[in-house]
Amino acid sequence: MPALFVPLWLTLKVALLATLIAGVVGIALGWWLARRQFAGRSIVDSLLMLPMVLPPTVIGYYLIVLIGRNGVFGQYLDRWFGINLIFTWQGAVIAASVVSLPLVYKGARAAFEEVDGRFANAARTLGAGELEVFLRVSLPLAMRGIAAGLMLAFARATGEFGATLMIAGNLPGKTQTLSIAVYEAVQAGNDGHALWLTLVISVVCMVVLVASGRLLQSRH
Amino acid sequence: MRMSTRLRRAAVAAALLLGSAASGAQELVVSAAASLTNAFQAVGKSFEQARPGAKVTFNFAASGPLLAQIQQGAPVDVFASADQETMNRAASANLIALSTRADFAANTLVLILPTASTQAPTQLSDLAGGAFRRISTGTPATVPVGRYTMEAIDKAGLTEALQSRWIYGESVRQVLNYVARGEVDAGFVYRTDALIEPGKTRIALTVPTGTPVTYPIARVAASSNAVLANEFIAYVRSAPGQDILQRHGFSKP
Repeated sequence: MPALFVPLWLTLKVALLATLIAGVVGIALGWWLARRQFAGRSIVDSLLMLPMVLPPTVIGYYLIVLIGRNGVFGQYLDRWFGINLIFTWQGAVIAASVVSLPLVYKGARAAFEEVDGRFANAARTLGAGELEVFLRVSLPLAMRGIAAGLMLAFARATGEFGATLMIAGNLPGKTQTLSIAVYEAVQAGNDGHALWLTLVISVVCMVVLVASGRLLQSRH
Repeated sequence: MRMSTRLRRAAVAAALLLGSAASGAQELVVSAAASLTNAFQAVGKSFEQARPGAKVTFNFAASGPLLAQIQQGAPVDVFASADQETMNRAASANLIALSTRADFAANTLVLILPTASTQAPTQLSDLAGGAFRRISTGTPATVPVGRYTMEAIDKAGLTEALQSRWIYGESVRQVLNYVARGEVDAGFVYRTDALIEPGKTRIALTVPTGTPVTYPIARVAASSNAVLANEFIAYVRSAPGQDILQRHGFSKP
């Protein structure tokens, strides 16, 4: 049984934290790009969507080049702070955040664009500051679209495999998430164990889907 | 009307593409241990020249996953593993033609470091020092180099001291890659692998293994291409085949 719960717990921990990071960054960027017009806006938009279309192995390689021990930023993390992200569960969180960011960003941006600008203007005429307008008017009105994006991001982070394997490796108990545990069990010809892990991950994903469906309906 | 012509053209193009992949020479699928990658690619080319009409397709990975694939019915003709244990498992599951099994090469386990490393370990117990925070080898359950490593570490009485430092690779070539990138402080690979990345890694130690590192080869029992499979095995063991293997650093079994 621990062989199931350890990767399950790790998977949930990584996916939740990744959703949190992708959520904050994605909502902020969605808000920014929904209301500002500037040169290169479509380029920024494409860059943010890139992790959704690039193969996960390409994301993994980019991350190795950036945060590896000899990477562009990684060498300074190592030298100045003694931080190594490769082969750690924190590295898995970064990989999962990057691949799930487009889902939050796209959902948030579309949701903000649909919010009628007159509500925000009305709030401003009543003396609300920009932060207050965002927190008390735009965000609540866009919440349904954002929640859908967050759910999809969580599901994507739960199933992340390629980039995670390249960044965090396959260390049982440390970085071996459910999807990687399934891969290893099949590689080892351990079909019985693979079946159990597959059932667990299927149940988790079903719960997420049903819960997100309920959540979205109840707000209707 | 125009649309249907286009569709038909697309269908013809697709059929041609699929057809060209399926047709042609007599194809042999060889699943071989990752450490054999470079040597077997050269052997395969030489075999194709010696035997016109034959086309060798390689499937390189750690021996464990290769065995699992054969077990699940992958259409493989020849299997070459980096240890006897994996081949024994194949034999006891009746997956290979026993009469064709033979050892064709030998190797040695070495400890390698990134070239930039300032360390110079002279024995395995030096790995217990603080400079080696991350040490890589193959996943012991599926990758032979991991099993050879653990056997040597066990014999040196270092199992507990090194327990939390292992970074497991999916094949010996991934271990090599981790060391070459400097992501780990040291790694266990075969001597032949270390020779591939001479600029980025250096050999610190030759590690004696209790079980000698020998490579068995055999025809897969379910092969539909038995004659060609036997010819390939014979070629690997012949003088030209052995020459190529030795040029890549393998020794005779």
